[in-house]
Amino acid sequence: MDSPARAWREFPQRYRLEASKCTACEKLLYPPRVVCPKCGSSTFENITLPREGTVVTYTVVRVPPAGFTEQTPLPIAIVELMEGLRVMVQIGDVADPSELEIGMKVRLEFRRISWDGEAGVIFYGHKAVTA
Amino acid sequence: MRDVAVVGIGTNDFGELWEKSLRSIWAESALAALSDAGVDSVDLITIGCMSPGLFVGQEHLASLLADELGMAGVPASRVESACASGGLALRTGFAEVASGLSDTVLVTGVEKMTDVDGADATYALGSAADQEWEGFHGITFPGLYAMLAQVHMQRYGTTSEQLAAVAVKNHANGLLNPHAQYHLKVSVEDVLASTMVADPLHLLDCSPVTDGAAALVLTTVERAKELGGDRPVVKITGSGLATDTITLANREDLSELCAVQLAAERAFKMADKKPEDLHVVEVHDCFTIAEIMATEAIGLFGPGHGASAVEDGQTSLHGKIPVNTSGGLKSKGHPVGATGVAQAAEIVSQLRGEAGQRQVEGARVGLAQNMGGSGGSSIVHILEVE
Repeated sequence: MDSPARAWREFPQRYRLEASKCTACEKLLYPPRVVCPKCGSSTFENITLPREGTVVTYTVVRVPPAGFTEQTPLPIAIVELMEGLRVMVQIGDVADPSELEIGMKVRLEFRRISWDGEAGVIFYGHKAVTA
Repeated sequence: MRDVAVVGIGTNDFGELWEKSLRSIWAESALAALSDAGVDSVDLITIGCMSPGLFVGQEHLASLLADELGMAGVPASRVESACASGGLALRTGFAEVASGLSDTVLVTGVEKMTDVDGADATYALGSAADQEWEGFHGITFPGLYAMLAQVHMQRYGTTSEQLAAVAVKNHANGLLNPHAQYHLKVSVEDVLASTMVADPLHLLDCSPVTDGAAALVLTTVERAKELGGDRPVVKITGSGLATDTITLANREDLSELCAVQLAAERAFKMADKKPEDLHVVEVHDCFTIAEIMATEAIGLFGPGHGASAVEDGQTSLHGKIPVNTSGGLKSKGHPVGATGVAQAAEIVSQLRGEAGQRQVEGARVGLAQNMGGSGGSSIVHILEVE
């Protein structure tokens, strides 16, 4: 959903990689939640995610959804940034998708994510690039 | 709990049904099930439908459809669990009859997917994933299952040829199902030569966009015996429902489908059965990798052994444990809300001995596994001939 309100309220996570850590059990959460899914506590401290990580799995989307037609083929990965915290991100600057592999080291960079949706919102966030 | 039986099944042609509306395909399958059961009134109608709002711009479906059948006034409800909506409708109907809240229930599933174009259909299906933290990055459903496939391949050595073997088998079964969307023989080479959709999944690794509906009539075993005549009474002996985190990034192990495993364990426990007791199985093969992972999660094969089992013919029509005799979602088609109901209808047909050319001889115990999204929900039913 190409919603300006949604884009705005997610700025802390998208732009600054803000996450939270449960003060009771240290479970890491991205995005933040109201209640810890592991221990049920509702108190958290804010943390900033590291930018370096490892590819856990990936694919190359060749039939894209609306908003991504200019970026096809589109490599996307799940990246582990800390033990117990993974994020889904696009992989940018890939010249040859056959070079992608599970276990590869990547670094997150602030990038434009999508821009040709119906409401004209330009979404920014982080993409992974080869470390 | 009361014992529950399936006394009527209604399945019509799946396909790109341009000339028909959601309400007409739904009513046709509902009438077929009522006629098959020999009943003309029910205490409740349940409807599994994933997204009539996005596919045809229609909500408030339960009242609309009850009226369409001339049953305005009868209690009706629509339930949703993405692509497992049909299985959820079945479980709801089962619980109603088992608990005594209703005596006879019309369980239905429907999806009309071709009134929108491909991009809008992709968007509607994508709403079963985490839209804010997955869809935001441009991932599609084939893409999510492709990520699961990559892990399975890396961990267990599963190959693209083994994934293709699922499509080959299910299309071979679909050739024997007159209601299937595709009557198409495919080879491993055809699958591997088809367009890459999301690496490593090719177009022929994916189930299609389909219009379709299916229906069942559920009642007590006592009434089923009165209605059934000489026909075998098919009972639902196990029902299991489970959830998992939708977001793949939040799952600890991407090589398994925990919701399927949990739902199957619950259904087996209720039915007091084991995987070895099954004679015929329908699983949710929305993608070829999904069938392999589902057969492992149900316990038909150990972790990592689902792929070689397909390649060795163990799950073929005349194999050790036939899987997706209907042609599966792959060949029969995948009208998402209808799928879970259609899977159960196939099992009933097999247990009654009415499956024609695709009949599994002597089938007395069957299982149907339906799945929502990339495994965020799953519903498993076990059916038996009394």
